[in-house]
Amino acid sequence: MFEWTQLFADWLIYGLIGIEEGTRLGNALNFFVYDVIKIMILLFLISMLMGVVNAWFPVERVRDFISSRKLYGMQYLLAAIFGAVTPFCSCSSVPLFIGFVKGGIPLGVTFAFLITSPLVNEVAIAVFLGVFGLKLTIIYATTGILLGTLGGYVLEKLKLDHLLTDWVQSLQRNSSATSDFEPGEQSLWQRMPEISREAVSILKAVGLYVLIGIGIGAGIHGYVPEGFFEPYIGPENMLAVPMAVILAVPLYANAAGIVPVIQVFVAKGIPIGTAIAFMMATIGLSIPEAALLKKVMSMKLILIFFGVVSVFIIISGLFFNLVL
Amino acid sequence: MKNIKILGPGCTRCRDTEMNVKKALENLGIEASVTKIVDYPEIMAYDIMSTPALVIDEVVKVSGRIPTVDEIKTFLS
Repeated sequence: MFEWTQLFADWLIYGLIGIEEGTRLGNALNFFVYDVIKIMILLFLISMLMGVVNAWFPVERVRDFISSRKLYGMQYLLAAIFGAVTPFCSCSSVPLFIGFVKGGIPLGVTFAFLITSPLVNEVAIAVFLGVFGLKLTIIYATTGILLGTLGGYVLEKLKLDHLLTDWVQSLQRNSSATSDFEPGEQSLWQRMPEISREAVSILKAVGLYVLIGIGIGAGIHGYVPEGFFEPYIGPENMLAVPMAVILAVPLYANAAGIVPVIQVFVAKGIPIGTAIAFMMATIGLSIPEAALLKKVMSMKLILIFFGVVSVFIIISGLFFNLVL
Repeated sequence: MKNIKILGPGCTRCRDTEMNVKKALENLGIEASVTKIVDYPEIMAYDIMSTPALVIDEVVKVSGRIPTVDEIKTFLS
């Protein structure tokens, strides 16, 4: 699908601008042009796809689906899958959280959604697909969903409801499974202009980060020798994964910026499991997110939540270093 | 006079919504009371699950996306 992008990058850098093929500068620029075009196209397509899914199955309907059916334990997995396909906006995570709790959905199931939603979102998937290819993207998305499922299950078993802030607890006590959600009267086709507008706005919002991320990546790609990091953080270094996760949580970067940089680190010798763990922790857990959640949870609950998710990310990273 | 409320914690999408509301009012040449609701308990009283949301005369018109200027104009006329 993207051969023409490579041809275009070759033509632009080696032909039109006239930088010699094989030079460091040429390599870096070629890589930059190729990646930027590819990722922007993927980002638009995936955002469109998620927009369609969301128009057809909005969060209100997700809540009704989970709260009104007997799902025999499958609700954790379902909530995590819904979290993955729902477009993520950090400013919406609190209303979503409250909406779920008000709908009588158990806290653990809500957490399953909340863990997966930022971790597997349209931007992360598009950039991952562009940078690491289909196989690793599927591995990443599946791990993200399983992480949400298991994390939600464990958090439910810990019985943490008393650690919610008071006003949320009172909402929880008065929860009702009924909903007054009315499906929109517009057909999917009528909503297409709006969906594509949203996709363009996502592109605008993260475009700059993609440029910066790929720019840094391209620089390292052109100037740091292959296998450069291997002697320092090879797969046999067991501490590397936990260290990477601990470093990544306070680091606030979105998927668009971080993934292209990490890809280059992988090419230069960082093991893939360590890299996946680092990216998951950066994308899935962040301090601004925690600050938002402070409105609905006590500090203790946020720390338990982040702790449980971090542990699962570390386990996944160690596992991938063994099998990939 | 219409009573317009914009629900949202103050992210860029909420600001875009507010801008569109102002443009719509300007285009129509009417006055309305526009309030921004940023407090979560108050936002959640409207039973929405994603922000930004647009409330006109206490009815939720849009939630989870930025309404266009034209759309807001139809809501107001």
